[in-house]
Amino acid sequence: MDKWENNRAWFLVLPVFFIVAFSAIIPLMTVVNYSVQDIFGPGQRVFVGTEWFEEVLGDKRLHDALWRQFLFSGLVLLIEIPLGVVIALLMPKKGWGASASLVILALPLLIPWNVIGTIWIIFTRPDIGLLGAAINTMGIAFDHTASPIQAWITLMFMEVWHWTPLVALLAYAGLQAIPEAYYQAAKIDGASAWSTFKYIQLPKMRGVLTIAVLLRFMDSFLIYAEPFVLTGGGPGNTTTFLSIYLVKIAVGQFDLGPAAAFSLIYFLIVLLFSWLFYQALQNVGKGDVK
Amino acid sequence: MKIRKRTIALLIYFFLLMLPIYWMLNMSFRSNADILGYFALYPKDITFANYMRIFTDKAWYSGYLNSMIYVTINTLISLSLALPAAYAFSRYHFVGDGQIFFWLLTNRMAPAAVFLLPFFQLYSTFGLIDTHIAVALAHCLFNVPLAVWILEGFMSGVPKEIDETAYLDGYSFPRFFIRVFLPLIRSGVGVTAFFCFMFSWVELLIARTLTTTNAKPIAATMTRTVSAGGLDWGLLAAAGVLTIVPGALVIWFVRNHMAKGFALGRV
Repeated sequence: MDKWENNRAWFLVLPVFFIVAFSAIIPLMTVVNYSVQDIFGPGQRVFVGTEWFEEVLGDKRLHDALWRQFLFSGLVLLIEIPLGVVIALLMPKKGWGASASLVILALPLLIPWNVIGTIWIIFTRPDIGLLGAAINTMGIAFDHTASPIQAWITLMFMEVWHWTPLVALLAYAGLQAIPEAYYQAAKIDGASAWSTFKYIQLPKMRGVLTIAVLLRFMDSFLIYAEPFVLTGGGPGNTTTFLSIYLVKIAVGQFDLGPAAAFSLIYFLIVLLFSWLFYQALQNVGKGDVK
Repeated sequence: MKIRKRTIALLIYFFLLMLPIYWMLNMSFRSNADILGYFALYPKDITFANYMRIFTDKAWYSGYLNSMIYVTINTLISLSLALPAAYAFSRYHFVGDGQIFFWLLTNRMAPAAVFLLPFFQLYSTFGLIDTHIAVALAHCLFNVPLAVWILEGFMSGVPKEIDETAYLDGYSFPRFFIRVFLPLIRSGVGVTAFFCFMFSWVELLIARTLTTTNAKPIAATMTRTVSAGGLDWGLLAAAGVLTIVPGALVIWFVRNHMAKGFALGRV
């Protein structure tokens, strides 16, 4: 779609620009400042240049956490995006069924993240938790605090349970925005359900799916509270994701310089991959849209 | 037959989705000793003590009120600022549009831990610490960009001919925007309002950093209980159940907008 050339449109954007910049720019500058200084106390700081960045980039435990993080976010996207779209397609389009589905979907999203972890601790306990007890009854010894594989599986279940509804809600709203005329045209052409999906629904959902992919990537890459509460990064370090490791450095050891350098590198990684996803989703299937 | 299969698949999914929430509900009606004592599919000695404690203890119920106040302010600010901006991004080309659009989203990408200290310093410089407006404003950092992005997606789905026709018919921009355009993207506005509400409601780190007592959010009250020597699971579960209620009401109110959506041809 061609857009109108008009620089006065900036006036519509200015309020948004100011309210976001207010909270964004000064804290970012402060963190950049921390990352190049050694801070001993108020008023006692030494410029250290790129020392913290070098220290952080050479940290083996950080590399491990980074690979775990990529694996985690990759799995999250591969599972949640298709599952969310399927659920959205299954949901009724109108009537009380649609209302009920929307409310049910929203429930897991509304629980504060630290509480999610706490609820899942008890939900997965083999003695008094529903899931833990059910798995034990099936004859599988289940204890996610001892087995890294089980810890990962539990985390993935929690994550998919918690966040797939977000993808489904977005996809559903996107589907609802498709005019009825498109479906009628497809029906007249005798299109199958699959080609209706491929040529009408999927291209029309491109906008909401871009947001869903970016949101799920960013939030899963930055995930902290849920795994921290559920597994505490263990057993061993097997579920220590980047944020958990970052907090260990920033709060546990109170190394503000390295933690700031770490934060900036972390931020740049998220930025780079979000940008790549964004570009890819902007260009994919451009030919399919008439 | 095909319809039946779809419904069954959806019901199975919803059943699984509800299990952890059912477990929380189950625990909320049991005393702590009862929960830790034995496995029970449903509460055998139903107690409302957990809920009574939350409704009568000011430390608890004020947490809900605080959260509701700043979340409402934040949702209103986010929506009212994002609507015109999203329209600009979806309809016009202007200097730096692509860059600003992507920059907005980068504000969701920074790991919070290290940013909390400068955040606190910034807001105390303006004397805003422990006020609802501080949290509402701080949450704009991630909600306004999200709102702009979601709304832009929906607005770009509306053909530009609609704008052109309306302007030819003599509509002014504000009148066109409110009377013609907004009804067309109802599902987008509904889902955006819900997401702003939801992300502000569950955010803990920033809200906790910027508040002490007067605007302390419910999620922070709940962590305090967790760390107080041994967890009170029943109380926590009851508080968890109650955190779901306001958001469920919000989605109930916007559900019609989300379920109706776009009706081209009736314009």
